[in-house]
Amino acid sequence: MAADSNNEKDDFVSYGTALEPLEEDEPLKKPVPIYEQTVRDEKGRYQRFHGAFTGGFSAGYFNTVGSKEGWTPSTFKSSRQSKAEQQQARPEDFMDEEDFGEHGIAPREITRSAEFQSGHRDLATEKARAVNAQSSLIPGDTLLEDIIAPAQSSIGVELLKKMGWREGQGVGPRVKRKPKKQKTGEGVGVYGCALPPSGSEGSDEENDDEFAPENVTFAPKDVTPVDFTPRLGLQGLGYRGLDPGLALGQASEHINLFDPQFDSKGKLFGGKQKQSRRRGVVGQGFGVGALEDEDEDIYHRDSMSKYDTEIKDEEPTDGLFGWTAPQEYTKKKDSNKDASYIGKILEGFTLAQKSEALKTIFPPPRLPRDYRPVRRFNPGTFVSHVTGVSPALAQALKTSRGHMDKDEPQTGRHQLDSGQRRVLIGEEALQGPSSVLDLLKPADRERLKHIRKSKSSLQTQPTKDSNSQSALRPSPFPPTSSSKPAPNVTPQPSISQEQQQEALSAWKGQTTTQTFKPFEKNLEKQERYEQYLNRLRQGDKDALEHSLDPQMTEWERSREREEFVRASILYRPSSSFLSSRFTRGKQQDDDDTVEVNRDEEGDLDDKQAAVKMKMFGKLTRETFEWHPDKLLCKRFNVPDPYPGSSLVGLPKVKRDKFSVFNFLTVPESRETSVPPPKAPEVKKSRWDVSQEMKDSDALSEMLSAARDQSSEIGPDQTGTMDQTRTKDQTRTDTPALPAPDSKDQQSDIRTETKETLNKDSKEDSSDSDSDSDSDSETEETRPPMDVFKAIFSSSSEEKSSSESEEEKEEQKKEQKEEQGHVTHILFNINTAVTTTTLSVTTTSSVAMATAATSTKQNTAPSTSQTEEQEWFGPKLPPPSFALKSSSRDLRARSPSPSSDEKHRKSKDKKHKNKKDHKHKKEKKKKKHKKHKHKGKQKKKREESSSDSDTETEHTTSDVSTEELLRRLKTVRAQCPL
Amino acid sequence: MAFPAPRPEGPQLPQVLLRTVDCLQGPVRAVRFNVDGNYFLSCGADKSLKLWSVNRGTLLKTYSGHGYEVLDADSSFDNSQLCSCSSDKSVILWDVASGQVTRKLRGHAGKVNCVQFNEEATVVLSGSIDGSVRCWDTRSRRQEPIQILDDARDSISSLKVAQHELLTGCVDGRLRRYDLRMGQLHVDFISSPITCVCFSADGQCTLSSSLDSTLRLLDKSTGELLGEYKGHQMKGYKLDCCLSSKDTHVLSCSEDGHVYCWDLVEGSLALKLPVGKAVVQSMSFHPSQCRLLTAMERHVQLWANESESTEESMNTDT
Repeated sequence: MAADSNNEKDDFVSYGTALEPLEEDEPLKKPVPIYEQTVRDEKGRYQRFHGAFTGGFSAGYFNTVGSKEGWTPSTFKSSRQSKAEQQQARPEDFMDEEDFGEHGIAPREITRSAEFQSGHRDLATEKARAVNAQSSLIPGDTLLEDIIAPAQSSIGVELLKKMGWREGQGVGPRVKRKPKKQKTGEGVGVYGCALPPSGSEGSDEENDDEFAPENVTFAPKDVTPVDFTPRLGLQGLGYRGLDPGLALGQASEHINLFDPQFDSKGKLFGGKQKQSRRRGVVGQGFGVGALEDEDEDIYHRDSMSKYDTEIKDEEPTDGLFGWTAPQEYTKKKDSNKDASYIGKILEGFTLAQKSEALKTIFPPPRLPRDYRPVRRFNPGTFVSHVTGVSPALAQALKTSRGHMDKDEPQTGRHQLDSGQRRVLIGEEALQGPSSVLDLLKPADRERLKHIRKSKSSLQTQPTKDSNSQSALRPSPFPPTSSSKPAPNVTPQPSISQEQQQEALSAWKGQTTTQTFKPFEKNLEKQERYEQYLNRLRQGDKDALEHSLDPQMTEWERSREREEFVRASILYRPSSSFLSSRFTRGKQQDDDDTVEVNRDEEGDLDDKQAAVKMKMFGKLTRETFEWHPDKLLCKRFNVPDPYPGSSLVGLPKVKRDKFSVFNFLTVPESRETSVPPPKAPEVKKSRWDVSQEMKDSDALSEMLSAARDQSSEIGPDQTGTMDQTRTKDQTRTDTPALPAPDSKDQQSDIRTETKETLNKDSKEDSSDSDSDSDSDSETEETRPPMDVFKAIFSSSSEEKSSSESEEEKEEQKKEQKEEQGHVTHILFNINTAVTTTTLSVTTTSSVAMATAATSTKQNTAPSTSQTEEQEWFGPKLPPPSFALKSSSRDLRARSPSPSSDEKHRKSKDKKHKNKKDHKHKKEKKKKKHKKHKHKGKQKKKREESSSDSDTETEHTTSDVSTEELLRRLKTVRAQCPL
Repeated sequence: MAFPAPRPEGPQLPQVLLRTVDCLQGPVRAVRFNVDGNYFLSCGADKSLKLWSVNRGTLLKTYSGHGYEVLDADSSFDNSQLCSCSSDKSVILWDVASGQVTRKLRGHAGKVNCVQFNEEATVVLSGSIDGSVRCWDTRSRRQEPIQILDDARDSISSLKVAQHELLTGCVDGRLRRYDLRMGQLHVDFISSPITCVCFSADGQCTLSSSLDSTLRLLDKSTGELLGEYKGHQMKGYKLDCCLSSKDTHVLSCSEDGHVYCWDLVEGSLALKLPVGKAVVQSMSFHPSQCRLLTAMERHVQLWANESESTEESMNTDT
């Protein structure tokens, strides 16, 4: 049966006709129109459906009845020869053939007749019932009988019963000598595939020897066929796999009776002292472990004693019906147990058939030798003991904790602090200083502790509570928040002292010199502040007192003291702290990675420097691997350079999305990718460049500049005629082409290297302010303005720049010295002005310094404004240009006619630097300077026009304010009148 | 005129104004010769693209379909197709004869600055303010570009195609050359925002103009600086530069209303052509002859080395 069920998969039954397999490229069939959707009966006649829900269809032939001719009524005919018979009309006469079909209303099929149907009613009982019903409570009602119908039994059962079979007996000829086991066992017949009850065989055996009369036959046993489980494995006959019971050494009381080596008695008696020889995994095919010295019983040995050696006539009643199988399966094991048990069995008791399961008892864990059953209740010491947490933190914990939950220590995880939780989890301690207190010097810490102790003792004196062992009352604020004024606890001065401590701890040992300058406006104050900071860095405890101005009043001093401390705390150098306090996340999410170009671009600064030195080539060139799309290659008629790869574009690598480096590169490149607009070029060709670089003395510089101007103004003024002249001039230059060219390059490089050298040497001595300064300096040198060129010789330029750096550290006096020093040079006023303005601004901050130096030259690169403007690169020219200069003037005066903000901006870009100047510096100086330039030097018409433009702006604005003032005055004068 | 101007013997420069064409389409954003130089295209700010005959100066066809000003255009090698790009972020492929839009290629995130066919007009390459170069397939109906080159960090201002190479100039100051055959990308750092790039006719050099009013001639293979040309004014606007047809001269538009022309080898200013008073927006050098087209405001001027008597009599409207 089981085998059948297994094979069911193979001989399945299929109903209906299978659909034809779909073919892919077969064109879709046209849907059949409704009028062609017809149904015919088996005779080919059309059927018309009449109701969708009733499912009824027309009878007859095209809604007629019966035939093509239609329904013809039956006629009554009777004659003498043939008398008309009385016809009994049956319902079948009015039915179609379909009605007699399987699904018709009167299906005709071969069925069991009523009497063979199970539970058929015989007419007699029917009648009797009907009669009874009449006399019953409710007349004519057989309700109860209808409800309670007898269980139907099939005809086969009834036949068997008629043949003498009883329920519960087996089917077959009656047998002698053997009583039916059912007599002793349960009396319930089993149908189907129920397993024979387990106890039955044993009872059979027991009753083997009982008396059975000769003349009595018994019905055969009602048995079910033996359910043979099919072999599933590949092992041979008789194989038994690993017995888990044996392997686990548990109560497997399998006694091998037939094995001569097996001493069942020993097992049964002295079972405990004679442990089974092999423990662990035992089974066929398992070898002997290295720790076991005997290897005899590796393989299962089949002893012949397990098999029958002689052919006995086995009783067919053992449930196997002639099947011979190894004795193991047939023999009863448990029945032999009684025999082997030698001890006396108490009366009324039998030996248990199944031994009770062994209860395994695990021994309690062994305590370590040095274990002392002492409970530690002090969490503070506990923490410090276990993890090398700083004693300060431990102390803090103790103080804060000893007060709080002394009575109920560590009740839940919410009472644990981070350190304890960490211990529980088994994490490592953070690397950085675990407490703010760690950052203090030990001495300071001590002092802090003292202060707190004294304070708290003062306060806790009146309310002396029970926790005497922790004398320190926990301060209401953690040590870190001591910078905040504690309103109820501490008076003002001591707070500032704490703050001082904090500031000291923050600044001590710091080497960074880049600091925020909070007191820019008041230079002296800023100086004092910096002095204070310096002292802090050196670890001076009295830094504040020393750095304050003794000449100030007490009130002023106290105020400044507070300000300084606050500022120093506020703007403390934070980088080192933060870096030490945070650790990197260890596990990376896949989502947190971002694709970054594998080949990073090189250092931008290097490239910029190379561009400045005009050393194009290796320094500015970078080559990446780039994968064009396959289709693109095809379209370009080019073989795919990387035939195997499916990559497109630049090869990418996954990087941490939030890596600092991803962010570092981008803004830097942005910043530098927008180069500042450069000064207007005066040079005509590069030969002129070489000239001005070569010339070392100011005079020749001037001359060359003048020559440039003259040559350049020509064509503008006189058009094509002068054009030829300029050409002429350049032509005259060209013969000396090859030599100056190389020379020019060399000199270029030389000056640059000189500068870089200078820079290096400077950087050593001066602090970080200087290198930003020198950066701006290199910017300056690139297109030396005509103005600047005329003022400084190349050597003096460097000198001035170096001086300007020193100025920042030195005082104003030196500037004055320098002013005097430079006076003999041409246009000294300008330099003085610029330097003074410089010194004013640059001392304030780094950013300001760079801005100032950049604005030192009137057309030097500008700041963030230009960045925004140039973000989208070069603009398109405005739709219409009027005469250029006039239009510019117009634009300068009024909002631009093209009202487009962008256009206006781009236009103004040319004057932007000047405007910056105007905003940042004193107008007058600037104007003065420009006047000078104008008077001394001839500029390009373009330049001059713009200059005059800005000037007119100045003057107009000036005039307007003056005008306003004047008007005000007149108004005031008029008012009284 | 004290002394006669020494004229260069071999290559001559376009300094004679042959005619001025009023394009009547607002400011002309770009003017381009076609492949053989018989026609030119003018891209107007009034959303139209116009095709002109060079010799007669007559309007042949107007192509309208852009939604905003046309910024650049190019014609295919067989004169059958045109491509143009516009501020409306689209690139349009035109049928020359019918004037119909063959395809409208959308995908750029910003206005498209430059557009170029490849040699066989199988790919249209467009560079946009969104910093990407998109390669559009003209052979298939695919709406997506074949490849997007988004290596630039700023607006692509100019792009040129030569054989198997693509040269782009970017506002981030980098000159990128994509070599399809080698599968390499060469980046040259110029530092100043690049406004226009060109290949030399021999394909050995690249010319780039940048906003520091400098033109640089770089060796294509090594990136070394071969020449530097200064004197013109290019500080805020995206102006064109080009090389003469025989690589003898370097030309650049200028904001001061001139076209500057330098000798390529010597680096000296050979000609300063006064075009007008406004900014010279665009120009194009004739592929074979010594002719130059310049665009200023709404006019397109045609310059030649000498006045051609044969075509002198044609009507020009100023």
